[in-house]
Amino acid sequence: MELTGAEIFVNSLKDEGVKHIFGYPGGAVLHIYDALYQQKDVEHILCRHEQGAAHAADGYARSSGKPGVVLVTSGPGATNAVTGIATAYMDSIPMVCFTGQVPTSLIGNDAFQEVDSVGITRPCVKHNFLVKDVRDLAATIKKAFYIATTGRPGPVVVDIPKDVTAQKCEYSYPKKMTMRSYNPVVKGHPGQIKRAVKLMLSAKRPMIYTGGGVILDNASKQLTDLTKKLGYPITNTLMGLGAYPATDKQFLGMLGMHGTYQANMAMHQCDVLIAIGARFDDRVTGNIEKFCPTAKIVHIDIDPASIAKNVKVDIPIVGSVGAVLKEMISVIKDGKATPDKTALKEWWKQIEEWRSMDCLKYDRDSEIIKPQFVLEKLYEVTKGDAFVTSDVGQHQMFTAQFYQFDKPRRWINSGGLGTMGFGLPAAMGAQMANPGETVVCVTGEGSIQMNIQELSTCKQYNLPIKVINLNNRYLGMVRQWQEFFYQNRYAMSYMEALPDFSKLAESYGHVGMKIEKPSDVEGALKEAMKMKDRFVFMDFITDQKENVYPMIPAGAGLNEMILI
Amino acid sequence: MENEAGALSRVAGLFSARGYNIESLTVAPTEDSSLSRMTIVTTGSEEIIEQITKQLNKLIDVVKLVELTDGEHIEREMLLIKVKAEDKVKEEITRLCEIFRGHIIDVSEKSYVIELSGDSEKLDAFIKSLEKMKIIEVVRSGVSGIARGSRSLEV
Ligand SMILES: Cc1ncc(C[n+]2csc(CCOP(=O)(O)OP(=O)(O)O)c2C)c(N)n1
Repeated sequence: MELTGAEIFVNSLKDEGVKHIFGYPGGAVLHIYDALYQQKDVEHILCRHEQGAAHAADGYARSSGKPGVVLVTSGPGATNAVTGIATAYMDSIPMVCFTGQVPTSLIGNDAFQEVDSVGITRPCVKHNFLVKDVRDLAATIKKAFYIATTGRPGPVVVDIPKDVTAQKCEYSYPKKMTMRSYNPVVKGHPGQIKRAVKLMLSAKRPMIYTGGGVILDNASKQLTDLTKKLGYPITNTLMGLGAYPATDKQFLGMLGMHGTYQANMAMHQCDVLIAIGARFDDRVTGNIEKFCPTAKIVHIDIDPASIAKNVKVDIPIVGSVGAVLKEMISVIKDGKATPDKTALKEWWKQIEEWRSMDCLKYDRDSEIIKPQFVLEKLYEVTKGDAFVTSDVGQHQMFTAQFYQFDKPRRWINSGGLGTMGFGLPAAMGAQMANPGETVVCVTGEGSIQMNIQELSTCKQYNLPIKVINLNNRYLGMVRQWQEFFYQNRYAMSYMEALPDFSKLAESYGHVGMKIEKPSDVEGALKEAMKMKDRFVFMDFITDQKENVYPMIPAGAGLNEMILI
Repeated sequence: MENEAGALSRVAGLFSARGYNIESLTVAPTEDSSLSRMTIVTTGSEEIIEQITKQLNKLIDVVKLVELTDGEHIEREMLLIKVKAEDKVKEEITRLCEIFRGHIIDVSEKSYVIELSGDSEKLDAFIKSLEKMKIIEVVRSGVSGIARGSRSLEV
């Protein structure tokens, strides 16, 4: 039987196993919405802004490992989604975004709501397609999911002109996809793996540094096994938190610009660095000239282009992190060499000395609520088991420092693009993918206002998210830089004319709370977490001038931290 | 590369977004109409060339990539040049064409069009030799390349 393009679209999603899509309707996608209306297998979640829809799909993907799916209309629908697509791109998140397009006959005519979506998104997608013929639609959708979810994952945009969704043809969804121009590597080179293991076991001051790649490849178990077997210290990047249990004593905390003293010092002084699924981002390395001056480096990554991009490495291994780590473990098991116990003992002594600096200390007797205190309590009250999304700023760094993630996919934040406005919609996606689980969004009064309209979506779909608004009346991270580097000239970083957030939440039909005293923090959190089926907005009035420490200023090396 | 709409702009976009140089770029379909072949001339340190190679390989439309300068290879570029052909220089132009193995392919009362192919240095030298005359227009095709011997770029 012949189906219309719109019906083919819906059937393809069904055959791909898609359960949820996030979107917003408009002229160019009306045929598709009509087809969605007439079936029950694919649930569409109506967000209040296309950026929100894209972040929601992103949060869905990050928390579940399944690709996030977005559907928006042409023109402004597509441009609104771009920030969400770019956010997913920078963090290598599998996502397929369908954009409506004006009819093929009008393309290039400056038609109503026409933009060159393929052109606009080209630099921030893994790949994109314009479907010009309904007979290509199903195969293109298959390709899009295949590309988005394999190799180094990333967003794929499929632009579909309106007339294509009305044309008819026979439907068949390809079972498998192979492409001559796209063959991601999985297995690492055995010789390189042997060489790497030899170097790793010869280390006197080893250090393991892992990133988001471990989480994307679901390789936490292999990483934990290897790290335990070696007894080496380990640090995670902002994107890699949760890949190794944060409460384990081999874990030194996050590294980088706001990383711990012990993690950054160990990076600086190690003699062998084992980098796994991490990309030597500038927020991690500090001044590249001063980075790991005494280390030989092993780098495992699925993307050859990530290797030797910023830092020269001694032993590169291209392959999927999980497969390579598994192979490493068996090479170690089969071999005779073992880690140098004596040297390790010395190394750990040095590390414990660094750790005893207690670089994350803060004033626990403060009369005003300290953001760190809220996060410590949040960790306790949720027993470290919540899905925690964040926005961008000080609150994000505090969360990374103070919420100890023992499991992967629980910490969801925009690390690469640093997109304010990510937190709330990402929490919606995480809650859709994990019904019944506790989902918390840690945000600031600046960031939350970038996608505040999604409070309405949360009401419509009864998403019982808990928002922790660390309200310091400042764009805190901006203010901190202005305090440190611009002699306290707080240009445009003070937030005036703020709404009463708890009342605002109430007007959307949610529970609002305002917490002003440290002694109320724990009780309020407990009360909120008890409301299992309600969305609760908690507005914590926090210290206005708290700073994130440690901090590595621009141009400095990892050993040159500003400490409190 | 896959002979797809947009493939060229992905390559061009990559070079501009990452700040790589393009000295020249030529592209045309091959004997297999689903594929087109692109020759890019670029410059950079070893590390940059390595990154360019990896980034290009990452593009989904790129089927296969070789670095021609890794081995012996041939580079050719075609030049079309229009010069003012006053009587007193006509003979000189013809002589230069012979020396460089160019062809005069269009003759009008006041101008000649000359076609010449070779490596870029040869074309440079030829243009330089014509500097005394009045050059009206220069069109260069950009470089195409192929490996010598049995090494080849096949899919
Ligand atoms: C969309 C966007 N615009 C601007 C910035 C730059 N920026 C980074 S952090 C920050 C301040 C965030 O303030 P707030 O959300 O109140 O969090 P706080 O730092 O106070 O915890 C700004 C403006 C950004 N990251 N994203």
